[in-house]
Amino acid sequence: MNMQTKNWIDVGSLSDIPRQGARCVKNGEMTIAIFRTADDRLFALEDKCPHKNGPLSQGIVHDGCVTCPLHNWVISLETGAAQGADEGETASFPVKLDGETVLLGL
Amino acid sequence: MTAELHIETRKQKLVIVGNGMAPGRMLEHLFETTDQYEVTIFNAEPRVNYDRIMLSPVLSGEKSYADIIIHGEGWYEEHGVTLHQGDKITEIRRHERKVVSEKGVVAEYDNLVIATGSNPFIIPVPGHDLPGVLAYRDLDDTDGMIKAAEEGGRAVVIGGGLLGLEAAAGLKLRGMEVTVLHLMPTLMERQLDTAAGYLLQKELESRGIEVRCEANTKQILGKDKVEGVELADGTVIDASLVVMAVGIRPNVQLAQEAGLEVNRGIVTDATMKTSDPHIYSVGECVEVGGMVYGLVAPLYRMAKVAATHLAGASEAAFAHAETPTKLKVTGCDLYSVGDFAEGEGREDIVLRDAQRGTYKRVILKDNKVIGAVLYGDVADGAWYNQLLTSGEDVSEMRETLIFGQAYQGGGQADPLAAVAALPDDAEICGCNGISKGTIVQAIKDKGLTSLADVRAHTKASNSCGTCTGLVESVMGLTLGDAFKLPEAEGICGCTTHGHGFIRRMIKAKELKSIPAVMQELEWATPEGCAKCRPALNYYLVADWPGEYVDDQQSRFINERVHANIQKDGTYSVVPRMFGGITTPDELRAIADVADKYDIPTVKVTGGQRIDLLGVKKEDLIPVWADLNDAGMVSGAAYAKGLRTVKTCVGTDWCRFGTQDSTGLGIKLEKALWGAWSPAKLKLAVTGCPRNCAEATCKDIGVICVDSGYEIVYGGAAGLHIQGTTPLGKVASEDEVMETICALTQYYRETGFYLERIYKWANRIGYDHIKEVAYDDLEARKSYAERFRYSQKFAQIDPWAERVAGAEAHEFSPMATLNLEAAE
Ligand SMILES: Cc1cc2nc3c(=O)[nH]c(=O)nc-3n(C[C@H](O)[C@H](O)[C@H](O)COP(=O)(O)OP(=O)(O)OC[C@H]3O[C@@H](n4cnc5c(N)ncnc54)[C@H](O)[C@@H]3O)c2cc1C
Ligand code: SF4
Ligand code: SF4
Repeated sequence: MNMQTKNWIDVGSLSDIPRQGARCVKNGEMTIAIFRTADDRLFALEDKCPHKNGPLSQGIVHDGCVTCPLHNWVISLETGAAQGADEGETASFPVKLDGETVLLGL
Repeated sequence: MTAELHIETRKQKLVIVGNGMAPGRMLEHLFETTDQYEVTIFNAEPRVNYDRIMLSPVLSGEKSYADIIIHGEGWYEEHGVTLHQGDKITEIRRHERKVVSEKGVVAEYDNLVIATGSNPFIIPVPGHDLPGVLAYRDLDDTDGMIKAAEEGGRAVVIGGGLLGLEAAAGLKLRGMEVTVLHLMPTLMERQLDTAAGYLLQKELESRGIEVRCEANTKQILGKDKVEGVELADGTVIDASLVVMAVGIRPNVQLAQEAGLEVNRGIVTDATMKTSDPHIYSVGECVEVGGMVYGLVAPLYRMAKVAATHLAGASEAAFAHAETPTKLKVTGCDLYSVGDFAEGEGREDIVLRDAQRGTYKRVILKDNKVIGAVLYGDVADGAWYNQLLTSGEDVSEMRETLIFGQAYQGGGQADPLAAVAALPDDAEICGCNGISKGTIVQAIKDKGLTSLADVRAHTKASNSCGTCTGLVESVMGLTLGDAFKLPEAEGICGCTTHGHGFIRRMIKAKELKSIPAVMQELEWATPEGCAKCRPALNYYLVADWPGEYVDDQQSRFINERVHANIQKDGTYSVVPRMFGGITTPDELRAIADVADKYDIPTVKVTGGQRIDLLGVKKEDLIPVWADLNDAGMVSGAAYAKGLRTVKTCVGTDWCRFGTQDSTGLGIKLEKALWGAWSPAKLKLAVTGCPRNCAEATCKDIGVICVDSGYEIVYGGAAGLHIQGTTPLGKVASEDEVMETICALTQYYRETGFYLERIYKWANRIGYDHIKEVAYDDLEARKSYAERFRYSQKFAQIDPWAERVAGAEAHEFSPMATLNLEAAE
């Protein structure tokens, strides 16, 4: 009902995710990829490239972006938007850290 | 009424708990404006107020304790301050406005200031309480370290942040052997990005300090005193001193027990008042505006705010501001301020000067400076900090910003710097063993001006040609403007350098990590991209076997999970069948696996293997475990590396067969499996020129004939079709093995990432390859030896490793949520 309400859900701990890597959280039909950057920031995107649904969680993470493993689109981790000349956007979710615990906002 | 009168006639009582830098500064401000207070200080440390920051110069021997005293005994007398040294407050009775000390002193207050600072955090590993384990916080710790250093031996410093590195540098100057253990991949990761962290590590290592990153301390060893440190990976380091410098925690216990509001620190409002209006707090123990602080600049601002409020009604309020970080190790110049994380809408300007070992990065957002990281050249730190604080629009000077304040108006990074920095005996042309000095000499002595001249006279870059760029750079340096450098073509947007240049520099400068390459070759991005990172990772794997640790995060997914990702997100799994030979037991195991895991498609491949398609990601590990149990390893059908050796049945069965083609194929595959190469590598051995194994369109092929073996290579049968070219004929299987190992190694060492062997051969020249890998018996032998050495580290079954638990995070979701449907 209330669009504002966020449930912060404990999905694991920071050390579960490799630096410059990602892990997936399954939420019913949807898979959400949680990325950890080299400097330990976290981002969450739907695990689906806006181009042809490539699994972004499997891509290479660099400089605040991930490169899709299927056709090399570069997606911003913060906004989910395709970079450069490509156009499209993947859903992004809030994610935060409480101590070592990773909280995903759904 | 009477109480108020009373206050006017006597001085108010101000009691301070803790005598650190923050309250010291607060009192200075207070005494400047008023003498309305009678001040009493309790200090747990048995001394006056001294400059804690300067403990590092005391440790290194550059200063003594006397040099760093802020307020001597005389100062307290002059201001009528009663200082209880070495007496700790154990209780605050708020309702009585009294504090009680350990030694039983009770003091009344009108106003109380809590300035208990923070406590060093001690990791509670076994052995943390042994004699010889010290923190780094006060003069006693410093004296303890100086004493330990007199005994000599090795100090292990746990923690590669500001404090730990200052301790390490000081102990080294005191003559100890020093090892720094740091949990993170790079030093001072809170203040520095990876590039600057790399430079810092290099500098410390050049001073003889051993740095181990990603080192997780498991326990401290020793019976009656420290004897060593054991890491989680089992490594044991001998040590006579262990310094823990892993962080600090605000010291809030006293405030908490008194019932004040405490979160991470003692919570105050912007006037430094706690939840009790008669109690203020300043220093590292405070949490104000949701932040706690560990550097003196903000603490001094707190001190000033608290002093003005203690002196009377005031508008003063504490406001957050970025504090730059500097390291007080003589000769290590670094500076960082603000926010330097990557992020949307942020723009990085990076300037690397490999020759001078400097790195500068300025981070912009909306045309404003929001952060800066400087290493080596910190002259402009204050200027960037000023631009950051003022929030000035810098779009006007965007182009020249990175060169610094003095440089407004122009200047370019020198593309030749890296080559200029090479010593004269650095090898430029590997094929012909030509050094930089030889080329410079030839250019000067013979007046050479063109690349063709240089090639003719020195042979440099005359063979495989990968060093052409380097030779041109040497010419540019020697001839100056007389030589026009061709436009360099970078392998991706992150660099202007080509593959050949990068590969040669990795060897010439002994670059052994991705950050090292990026720094020394002046990458324009902080972390590279999906194009350059896998290439660099391959070059480092190929060039430094046994030394370089493969960076999984710089590999494409197929090579990370050791299976081929399919378009629906499932994987295909191909077990190795050496030479295309299998057994009934193996086939049964494969059939069982297909049944057990509901694998929808089982297909025979063109490379004589069986492909299991449609394996779910979570089934990969159990599938591999079952295949491993039946004696099979990964077929590497996903790898930029050796894929398959295809064979025909040869003399075993075929009436035309001339040699044991199957046996030779198995032998070759046993020698080559596991090898990474620039692109995929497929072989075939065929038992006679009828060529049933199709050797003449493979990357490398062997055609058996009556008199021996003909080796061919450079075939292609994909989008591009090309027959192989003969390399040479040999008489024995051993020679086949040696020649093919040498050829493969030469390709591994000089190929460009993703360059198939036929493209490589077209570029380098078939004649030249034949010289190296076949004609020149000595070269052939040494390449083959290098290959076999490298295989020692490569022939580890990745499936078995992962079944045993390696990289477990790749194979299972982090969490599976069962949320109720959203309303
Ligand atoms: C080696 C070293 C190097 C540093 N280098 C720098 C630097 O380069 N730049 C920088 O900005 N900062 C640096 N710092 C940090 C800086 O020194 C601190 O931020 C600052 O000293 C903290 O001041 P404080 O007054 O909050 O606490 P402290 O100086 O820690 O003082 C707290 C005092 O309170 C006493 N105390 C605690 N509990 C009680 C109690 N119940 N009763 C009575 N007394 C009590 C303690 O004994 C202690 O003396 C460094 C720190 C160290 C240790
Ligand atoms: S092509 Fe995509 S990524 Fe690719 S880019 Fe595609 S699905 Fe993504
Ligand atoms: S290549 Fe020659 S030896 Fe091999 S199977 Fe064919 S005919 Fe027989």
